[in-house]
Amino acid sequence: MNFDFSEEQVMLRDSVARFVQDDYDFDTRRSIAASEAGMSREFWQTFAELGWLSIPFAEEHGGFGGDAVDVMVVMEQLGRGLVLEPYLETVLLFGGLLQQGGSDAQQSDYIPAIIDGSCLGAFAYLERQSRYELADVATTASADGDGYRLNGEKVVVFNGGNADHFIVSARTSGEQCAEQGVSLFLVAADAPGLDKLAYSLMDGRRVVNLVLNDVKVPAGNLVGELDGGYPLIESVVMQAVLALGAEAVGIMGELNAKTVEYTRTREQFGVPIGSFQALQHRMVDTFIAYEQTRSLLYRAVCALTDAEEDAATAVHALKVMMDRAGKHIFGEAIQLHGGMGITDELDIGHYAKRLMMINTTFGNGDYHQAKFNALRYN
Amino acid sequence: MDTAFASEDLAFRDEVRTFFAQAYDEELDSRLSTPDPKVYKQAIVEWQKRLHEQGWIAPGWPAEYGGTGWDATKSYIFETERAAAGIRDVVPFGLKMVGPVIYTFGTDEQKQHFLPRILSSDDWWCQGYSEPGSGSDLASLKTKAERDGDDYVVNGAKIWTTYAQHADWIFCLVRTSSEGKKQEGISFLLIDMKTPGIKVNPIVSIDNHHSLNEVEFNNVRVPVANRIGEENKGWTYAKALLAHERTAIAEVADSKRKLEQVREFARAEVNGGKSLLADPLFQKRLSDVEIELMALEFTELRVLASVATGGAPGAESSLLKIRGTEIQQAVQELRMEVAAYYQGAMPSELTAEALGHAFGREARQAYMYGRASTIYGGSNEVQKNVIAKAVLGL
Repeated sequence: MNFDFSEEQVMLRDSVARFVQDDYDFDTRRSIAASEAGMSREFWQTFAELGWLSIPFAEEHGGFGGDAVDVMVVMEQLGRGLVLEPYLETVLLFGGLLQQGGSDAQQSDYIPAIIDGSCLGAFAYLERQSRYELADVATTASADGDGYRLNGEKVVVFNGGNADHFIVSARTSGEQCAEQGVSLFLVAADAPGLDKLAYSLMDGRRVVNLVLNDVKVPAGNLVGELDGGYPLIESVVMQAVLALGAEAVGIMGELNAKTVEYTRTREQFGVPIGSFQALQHRMVDTFIAYEQTRSLLYRAVCALTDAEEDAATAVHALKVMMDRAGKHIFGEAIQLHGGMGITDELDIGHYAKRLMMINTTFGNGDYHQAKFNALRYN
Repeated sequence: MDTAFASEDLAFRDEVRTFFAQAYDEELDSRLSTPDPKVYKQAIVEWQKRLHEQGWIAPGWPAEYGGTGWDATKSYIFETERAAAGIRDVVPFGLKMVGPVIYTFGTDEQKQHFLPRILSSDDWWCQGYSEPGSGSDLASLKTKAERDGDDYVVNGAKIWTTYAQHADWIFCLVRTSSEGKKQEGISFLLIDMKTPGIKVNPIVSIDNHHSLNEVEFNNVRVPVANRIGEENKGWTYAKALLAHERTAIAEVADSKRKLEQVREFARAEVNGGKSLLADPLFQKRLSDVEIELMALEFTELRVLASVATGGAPGAESSLLKIRGTEIQQAVQELRMEVAAYYQGAMPSELTAEALGHAFGREARQAYMYGRASTIYGGSNEVQKNVIAKAVLGL
């Protein structure tokens, strides 16, 4: 049993950490967030050159062949820097679906292009009514000649404005919330009949709603089995939750460190406020919350990597903990920064808003706790 | 990073499981659970001697002093299997507290005399730290030891001394100097409980049991040879011990087992025709605790793994103590929830006849005495001070 990173993982971690340290300060991030694309293509190329975009992909497509631990190492550092570039959306979701469920042709068409930075992707899975249920799919795909015709609307599509290609979940059979009957389709951003409504989220991310009006795709654009897309979605989302967990842990660590540092320098009543026991104990509580979340992250990553029976339980537990600990930690960070904590100028609120978005992505704490309870107590 | 068990570890797990199944039985378990302190003492010593014969009495000790030489994984497996089998941990005072101090800081004579008797459970130890006037501020202790020839003469009182009524020896922090900082005038003494001048006064605790005591010292003569290390350096030795103690207090494996029991009891308990376990509010309370415990289990593994590669349990042990005891109390609260009005039942033969089970009483006694866990071993508030200083640098 060991919790050490391999030499390669330490190098990977240091390389991302160095990028965040040297090139991604808060002002840089702020200007990227304010730009039209909400991301930097230039930095994306840097990610490609440093090999980060290749991590989860198989070696036969030019990938690094990494596992969940490698992804965790990268995501934690991206979290610390509050990095906006669409690593999760392009590499882990769009790329993950292709890596796990794509045909040979799809993999060789898209994966090398993801790795070299030329292809940005997005996964369109939410609908107005679906809330956190991945199987609640009303968008339809019906057979049309030698392909499919897609109709419906997908909402809050992360990285939707920049994506060159989408993978869209659509119903090919079954009732609206049935797991059976969901299929996945590759759709080009410039496909006729595809309309995009772009807007921003509080964490600086750009999203779109996709309106699909008789969008035609060839049969070769079906990703995975017809009617059998749900297990593929579930598996990729499980991995994505781990990645978000790592990003959240990175953010929590930064918030705690910044808060401790602030209370050491901020003076009131003639002394640093960090000398007050009332504040010290609150910072110890957030330190414990952070360590506990990291422990569950490690637990879930190991369980999923070893394909343990209770892997899903561990992932649900992690998402619950991310929600609770996240709110606890950013709440205390804002409170202990006093008036400065509620300004837009300080980075604290921006870290808080990213944690809030992470909490709602793929189901909040309550949603996952209900799933956890169903697995453990029914 | 890898937490999967190697085949060698799985074989070890089977060996441990088989041993516990064969060596521990219900008859012994019922004697260990009795409210009668004498029966309990005899039973726990009997069990510890069985563990000693097996060579597994001191997993944390170095092999040269009679420890098992296990790595972190094996120690974890052993603890998990012990708790899963419903077997309580060994009495900590000799094996987990003074033993490590003696093999780390003691003289050869002290090691040769005391360590074998701790391993064989022939000596029962108790801990003389807290005093009526010194609780969280332990270093303010006043029990005085004055040099007189080859002896110290000890005067003062210790309190909250668990099982002093059973003990053959007590390890004490005593004041040997009032010069300088208060931590620098403390020495660590090993005192024979049969020495004239020692008086043990019972304290009945909130669970109606007698495990706690006050121990008075009136001109008690202790050979200087029974001092650990140097005079006035006792605080340093005690601090090293405290980290071990706090790690042990977390009782993660035991909480896991008890939470599993709560789940099974709640499944059997029927409320309005439905299992209590199907109640969404109860489920939420249960999983709130279970998720924290799943995390703490890995926090403990992370600490164990870092200790195994050369680190000492430092401030992380305070984290384990805080969250471990909070979880213990949360589990006790869930047991009370399941016990409903039976939690009120007092022990007597008539109650046993009237109810046919002791679940409510046991749940209450554990819940009431469990209040102590966030107080002893350095209160959780003191642990937070430790982390604030040592980890956060405040």
